[in-house]
Amino acid sequence: MQEFVEFTLGGIASGMVYAAIALSLVLIWRGTRILNFAQGGLAMLTTYLASIVISRTGSYWEGFAAGLAAGLVLGAVAERTVIRPVESKGPMNAVIVTIGLLIFIEGLAGIIFGGQYRSFPPAFSIVGLRIGSFSLGISRNDVFTAGAVLAAAVILAVVFRYTPVGLRLRAAAFGPQVARLLGVRVGRVLTLGWALAGLFGALAGVLVTPSTFLYPNSMDAIFVLGFTAAVIGGLDSPVGAVVGGLILGVVLEYVGGYLGSDIVPLFGLAALVLVLMVRPSGLFSAATTRQV
Amino acid sequence: MNDDSLEVRQVTVRFGGLTALDGVSLTAPPNQVTGIIGPNGAGKTTLLNVLCGLVRPESGSARFAGRELLRLRPHQLAGLGIARTLQGVGLFGGLSVAENVMVGATCHARAGTWPALLGLLRSDRDERMLRARAMAALELVGVAEHADRMPGTLPYGVRKRVALARALASGPRLLLLDEPASGLSEQELGELGTLISALARDLTLVIIEHRMDLMMSACDSITVLDFGKVIAAGTPGQVQADPAVTAAYLGIAADGGEAGAGAAGAGEGGAGEDGGRPGGPGGPGPAGGGAR
Repeated sequence: MQEFVEFTLGGIASGMVYAAIALSLVLIWRGTRILNFAQGGLAMLTTYLASIVISRTGSYWEGFAAGLAAGLVLGAVAERTVIRPVESKGPMNAVIVTIGLLIFIEGLAGIIFGGQYRSFPPAFSIVGLRIGSFSLGISRNDVFTAGAVLAAAVILAVVFRYTPVGLRLRAAAFGPQVARLLGVRVGRVLTLGWALAGLFGALAGVLVTPSTFLYPNSMDAIFVLGFTAAVIGGLDSPVGAVVGGLILGVVLEYVGGYLGSDIVPLFGLAALVLVLMVRPSGLFSAATTRQV
Repeated sequence: MNDDSLEVRQVTVRFGGLTALDGVSLTAPPNQVTGIIGPNGAGKTTLLNVLCGLVRPESGSARFAGRELLRLRPHQLAGLGIARTLQGVGLFGGLSVAENVMVGATCHARAGTWPALLGLLRSDRDERMLRARAMAALELVGVAEHADRMPGTLPYGVRKRVALARALASGPRLLLLDEPASGLSEQELGELGTLISALARDLTLVIIEHRMDLMMSACDSITVLDFGKVIAAGTPGQVQADPAVTAAYLGIAADGGEAGAGAAGAGEGGAGEDGGRPGGPGGPGPAGGGAR
């Protein structure tokens, strides 16, 4: 019982990080049908920036804010400079460009920061919480991690659902040509989508790095799991991304806890392959039914 | 009366070796319904695409209320009071009916993309204004009761009306309708005719349509295109009596010295590559059901 609660809560905390990565992928996929393989690399870069700001100012929160702001800017810059020129040439070209961008970013980070592992501070204590003698298996920092992603996801949902900007974002995602005729500046809307994706990636980076260390490839494994979460959710649905992240987080925690942590990465990849083979449109594919 | 007339002068469009529009001129005066008819492939939709900035003409000009349209980009039209519906429906599948129509009104949201993201309060006011406009437009075309449905769940005729409401939501001064009657039942057609006449009291209306019964009753003037050339123009009665028009629809050269006879002759020469010219015994008259 104790173990089960620990694994479940721990899974929710790590699942929310996968959900943040998944959301960043979904934001871009919905608008452009491009899978941004550079998302993890961008998040690694913004986490380095956060790390530098924290060590310069001594304030975790200044570093946190700088990381998120950098994610917003980097996402927009990546779209304007690297993606925009290939956007009209079919999604496959852009996807390959994002892979190139990932290799470039990781190479650049290696040159600038070196390959050694750096520690990255957590926002709050990582001492396990307990109720009386009952261990919950999560720390204050885990609660913050889950809460921060959840808050960001809720704000995103409100913006999408209840603001004219969100309306334009959704319209441009569903029909860019038609949206353009209705006066929507689709180019700007796409840039905004990439910026928001950069923000979610940066959030995931800052939240997960205390438990992985910071190095040029530090986000690779997290990206794969975030991608798996997005695929579980169907790539098209922000809600699916969050649910997919939670499912994956909890299942991986059970696998690690009951079967041994060695097979967790293997299991994550197996889950990705399985979902792509059995339900390529995701577990929530009913929501993406298309009119023929 | 106002000066909201659409003046198209000598517009020529070539796609490679094919001349889609050849020196087309027409005038659509305000508060009137101007129809454009012609056999399949005559260039009707191309003309509309030119007006919307989707196709760049080789030469010519198109002015609305004295303002040159041909150098504009598609997203700028809504701001100038120009709205268009598409062949088929073109609604955003993932947005509710009300939201679809709200996108049509989005050029009236004062906050642009970036400011709106920062000022969510103002966004809220904009959102309510958009919703009010959308509901008014839905009311006008008589489908307000479907506001919260998803477009995919509605019958075709209702979806057509929603698309029309979306165009009206921007409060256009020039409305371009591309086949508004296709797929509608006889009864719906009658209602559409009434609605079109009512709309024309407040704006400049241009319609492309195959349903001759609608065009003959709703239009104040009609321009006939064939192989990218204007072969006739006038009141519905004049056009109907024009031998060049009959010839174009039947694919035979007209007798007599009509100005359009040469063009109709050229039409005959190319009819083979057109893949079978549709034609009915009654030509473009009300009985011409074959002219689809």
